[in-house]
Amino acid sequence: MEHRSHLYGVMGEFTTPEEFIEAARKVREAGYRRFDAYAPFPVEGLSEAMHLKRNLVPMITLLGGLAGGLGGFGFQYWVNVSSYAMNIGGRPLNSWPAFIPVTFELTILGAALSAVLGMLALNGLPQPHHPVFNVHRFSHASADRFFICIEARDKKFHLVETARFLQGLHAHHVSEVSDD
Amino acid sequence: MSAGQPPLDSPEIRRLTPVLGPGHTYGSVTDKISAIVLTRPTSFGWFVGFAIAFSLMGMMTIAIAWLVTKGTGIWGINIPIGWGFAIVNFVWWIGIGHAGTLISAILFLLNQKWRTSINRFAEAMTLFAVACAGIFPLIHTGRPWLAYWMFPYPSTMGIWPQFRSPLIWDVFAVSTYGTVSLLFWFVGLIPDLATLRDRSIKKPAQIIYGMLAMGWRGSARHWHRYQSAYLLLAGLATPLVLSVHTVVSFDFAIAIVPGWHTTIFPPYFVAGAIYSGFAMVLTIAIPLRKAYNLEDFITMRHLDNMAKVMLATGLIVAYGYFFEFFMSLYSGNKFDVFLVQQRLHGPYAPFYYALILCNILTPQLLWFYKMRHNVAVLFIMSIVVNIGMWLERFVIVVISLTRDFMPSAWGRYSPTFWDWATFIGTIGMFVMLIFLFVRVLPAISIAEMRELVAETSEENK
Repeated sequence: MEHRSHLYGVMGEFTTPEEFIEAARKVREAGYRRFDAYAPFPVEGLSEAMHLKRNLVPMITLLGGLAGGLGGFGFQYWVNVSSYAMNIGGRPLNSWPAFIPVTFELTILGAALSAVLGMLALNGLPQPHHPVFNVHRFSHASADRFFICIEARDKKFHLVETARFLQGLHAHHVSEVSDD
Repeated sequence: MSAGQPPLDSPEIRRLTPVLGPGHTYGSVTDKISAIVLTRPTSFGWFVGFAIAFSLMGMMTIAIAWLVTKGTGIWGINIPIGWGFAIVNFVWWIGIGHAGTLISAILFLLNQKWRTSINRFAEAMTLFAVACAGIFPLIHTGRPWLAYWMFPYPSTMGIWPQFRSPLIWDVFAVSTYGTVSLLFWFVGLIPDLATLRDRSIKKPAQIIYGMLAMGWRGSARHWHRYQSAYLLLAGLATPLVLSVHTVVSFDFAIAIVPGWHTTIFPPYFVAGAIYSGFAMVLTIAIPLRKAYNLEDFITMRHLDNMAKVMLATGLIVAYGYFFEFFMSLYSGNKFDVFLVQQRLHGPYAPFYYALILCNILTPQLLWFYKMRHNVAVLFIMSIVVNIGMWLERFVIVVISLTRDFMPSAWGRYSPTFWDWATFIGTIGMFVMLIFLFVRVLPAISIAEMRELVAETSEENK
């Protein structure tokens, strides 16, 4: 197997989402695992074609929401019952219905912050540079073209054969992606 | 019209009015929307509008500087009317700020395709309206430099905020709403910022958009998590948007002041917020589509739908007014009955009648298809509703406070020059931010428009 250290992978370009999904499915069926597909919008059916598993964002969001809610209520409880307890006419210190609005808001805040930050962290963003940007035509990935990049670290990767394989899937402009 | 064609307002034609003009491709929507920011020369009209808005904001800055120097005595407020313009304007702005997240979140969950081309600038409008709203309670404290006392932080004074007070709930509700709206807006912007990064020719633009896009490359794995996060944000923002004006209404409803102490306030405040928010979206959308030739993207279908939402929420608001009246009279509580009389015959009665005219009577024109499809009528209507909703808050705050329980404690309220300068100044700030936004960020979500192109091309097959 030919392996060059400065090679990130081989990239092919597609014009329509249908060809693109079909190609992603075939790449996966051909046994490639280290590859990624790039699209200017979330293409329906792509995740299934690539067998992407359920992601962790919902779980992180749930935990963030629970932390916000429990923390918010717990804090108000601590403030009013322990830290700064004020007995006003014998009214209960833990007047929980009055704590609900702030608890609710903090639940939402915790969940929303963790959804966004969790999504960015799992995606490895912000990331100032990535090898796919070395391909000149890749600027179309944020406009009107779809790309599949099979990475050199995949066990099945072979520069010539992988490139030919992509061409067989009706990819245009199949090109090497350098790693620097 | 040629013979055999169905009349313009027939159901067939209505169903055919698309959410996207015909013949668009991924490339064409990308070009058209990004060109507004990247290649289109800034027009003379833009500079004129910006200059006017900026001057008004300057007036606001002066008014606030004078306020900080002299104190809240420069305003028309005094006991018994301690709230005045500051709270009227706060509630008005925060209400306007409801449409953006409603369009983005609730219509997203309901899978309404027509939200796509209006959600971005509606969200921006939300952020700017919340920013304007935030100014008022801040300066109304009289010592805005101590406003951080409202947040719980371990202080050497050894005390905490009063978590049982609606005013503290408000701090949490509004700041959470501002934060979540910003997150929602920014997450939606990431793919578009990447588009601008890849399409801009000038180096500074590439660097700025590139930093904001955070290296987004449209990877399928990224989109996969992005969609989860976006859906979750929509799900979280939906109860949030309903809660914010509920909490704002608690500022009134928890108090025992006649006309405020009523359980109908939360739902009718929320409906009023959506009502004024959609009115403001129309106020912005109509000139925007005209100025940037976006009639293909913001079609008559959008304007028609927004007018219908306005009509529906306007009717809920009318129901709220009716039941406010009914409950006051039915309760037999003499202070509540007196309040009704004050609204109808008191010194501020003209405001009340103007409110009914703006908010209930005029919008009934929206029942007619021809009115909903007349852009000029819609534009005027949206401004009328905005004025009406401002009057509503004025009526609620001022009439109840000027004449409550004891005649010896009654008073009058009239705003001063500085009240008006601050209020009009925030309108200037709002318009200025909208102008800047339209110039530097895509006013319509490009990624979502591409999705719409994909969906509509599938339908046509």
